[in-house]
Amino acid sequence: MEANKRKEILNIEDLFISFNQYEKGLHRVDINVITNLSVNVMEREIVAIVGSSGSGKSLLAHAVLGLLPKNANVRGRISFRGELLTAKRIGELRGKEICLVPQSVGYLDPLMKVGIQVRHSRDDEETKKRQQQLFDDYALKEGTAELYPFELSGGMARRVLLASALMENPKLIIADEPTPGLDLPLAKKAMADFRDFADKGNGVLLITHDIELALEVADRIAVFYAGTTVEEALVSDFDREETLRHPYTKALWRAFPQHGFRSLDGVQPYVKEMPSGCPFAPRCESVEPACSGEIPLRTVAGGTVRCVRFSDNKGEHGEKGAEENEA
Amino acid sequence: MGLQIGKFIAVNVLKAVLLIIAISIICFILVSASPVDPIRAYVGEVGMANMSQEALQQLNDYFGVNTPFWERYFNWFKDFIRGDMGQSLIYRQPVADVIGVKFMNSMALMLTAWVISGILGFILGIIAGMMRGKWIDKLIKGYSLLLASTPSFWLALIMLMIFAVWLGWFPIGLSVPIGIDAAEVSIFDTLRHLILPALTLSVIGVANIALHTREKVIDVMEEDYVLYARACGESNTQILKHHGLRNILLPAITLQFASFSEIFGGSVLVEQVFSYPGLGNAAVTAGLNGDVPMLLGVAVISAALVFTGNFIANILYGVIDPRIRRSMLHE
Repeated sequence: MEANKRKEILNIEDLFISFNQYEKGLHRVDINVITNLSVNVMEREIVAIVGSSGSGKSLLAHAVLGLLPKNANVRGRISFRGELLTAKRIGELRGKEICLVPQSVGYLDPLMKVGIQVRHSRDDEETKKRQQQLFDDYALKEGTAELYPFELSGGMARRVLLASALMENPKLIIADEPTPGLDLPLAKKAMADFRDFADKGNGVLLITHDIELALEVADRIAVFYAGTTVEEALVSDFDREETLRHPYTKALWRAFPQHGFRSLDGVQPYVKEMPSGCPFAPRCESVEPACSGEIPLRTVAGGTVRCVRFSDNKGEHGEKGAEENEA
Repeated sequence: MGLQIGKFIAVNVLKAVLLIIAISIICFILVSASPVDPIRAYVGEVGMANMSQEALQQLNDYFGVNTPFWERYFNWFKDFIRGDMGQSLIYRQPVADVIGVKFMNSMALMLTAWVISGILGFILGIIAGMMRGKWIDKLIKGYSLLLASTPSFWLALIMLMIFAVWLGWFPIGLSVPIGIDAAEVSIFDTLRHLILPALTLSVIGVANIALHTREKVIDVMEEDYVLYARACGESNTQILKHHGLRNILLPAITLQFASFSEIFGGSVLVEQVFSYPGLGNAAVTAGLNGDVPMLLGVAVISAALVFTGNFIANILYGVIDPRIRRSMLHE
């Protein structure tokens, strides 16, 4: 109910990203790196996209910001606050309404002092004041602005990048793996900062491989596997295995240390050898022939899932089946 | 910090000294092994034929032809340290004086070419790199590749043919007008003689600098920090201004100072074509006429010159790059 009252900030619908590549001379192949990806972010909400390395998560951030390389083909709808994001529109919003918090200090110019970088090369008094305010807020000592990126500690760099994103009062922050290299207290602090930001009526799209951290801070989790979202679940759904929908999410759940630490055999399929239908089918224990067909996205118990067990004709059966398994 | 820089300079001066000793030894060995005969060069073919065996022996002793190699070398080195590089056999003047004059001529030529090719190459490289794949990039790249594979003496000949012979805009050679008293030579005359060889050297030098800068621009534009700057809403021009230039400038400066040796090498040939009385020309004349002291002097001075170029690049790198500068501060 509450979700209906809140305004939508970002909506990604059926996103496809593929790359043209030349193989063996002039033979051109299209490599699909993201297929059928759908996710949305509402006001006052942190949505985490969780997936293992190499699942194409960073590309999603680049796609939203319109920063993909020229040989990328993008299909699907991305809209921001109800307005379709065209290449021109994203060019206007980038760095103002939508800001990126990049992965590491490597995204800062090594030859430029951090203060001026956070100010995005502007030097007027007002901008300086705002930057100083942000640095104070994030407990960055006086003089930090005069340091070069290589002189920052991991934690400082993280806070500088955060301050940089907040300079323009954005509506949406896309954070791409913001925590690696941070110890737990600092990672939690970073997450608390995102929470604060979201609570002011903004949205955060958190892209990470760290599901435990995501569970701690996010409102919803989109589980990303081999370039597609297999399930979107509320954080509370992760309390029990039964409330989770997709076999991959369940497998993830079982891999938690507190839930048995059982790892799943096999690896995520390589982009060039993607199976048709569900990408998880080769590793799924309840695989069936229908898995290799087209699988629609279904809304189930407040979340969404893409699995044949919840397909139209057998949705009820699927739910029941799951319960029977538990019994 | 002062201590660090002092140490840095001391180490490099030591390197320079070792380099010059090594170069002079190698040159000495090469000259000794070569058929170059200083006495023949000194008295000439006719003189050799008319000279008595006794007089020849005297000359041999005078020049120390039969002194052991190392002794000969140390004799030369002792004088060299005192600034005495011996007497040139063909100019009949102290080598140091001859080199002094030639050096000034060459420096005027090389510095002009060096500055023009550096600035022009840098600008062209940036344009090509930023417009990668567009027609202007292809044009600049094509021009650079073509010139990079053009022999400098050939280009010098073409320039000479077009601008000096056909169009008659510039003199065909030398550094001053022929048949005029040295006192009457104006700065204008000197410049007029300088333009064509300097232009040839610049045009050749541009190619390398432009190609290197272009590569660097392309590398920098693919860096993560450029992606992030773009994500923060910066346009291509802003990115170039804020992040591109400072990151490209560092390697460009190193390259620029390292290219000193290339310009020097090119100038040997270009000076020859234009009969321009510089160091390169002197080296060739000395080599062809068996002027051993002159040859040694030119070799050592050239080595020192090229070394200085690289040394300045090293120091500038430390001054400009905050990573090096600040780490020196913190130590």
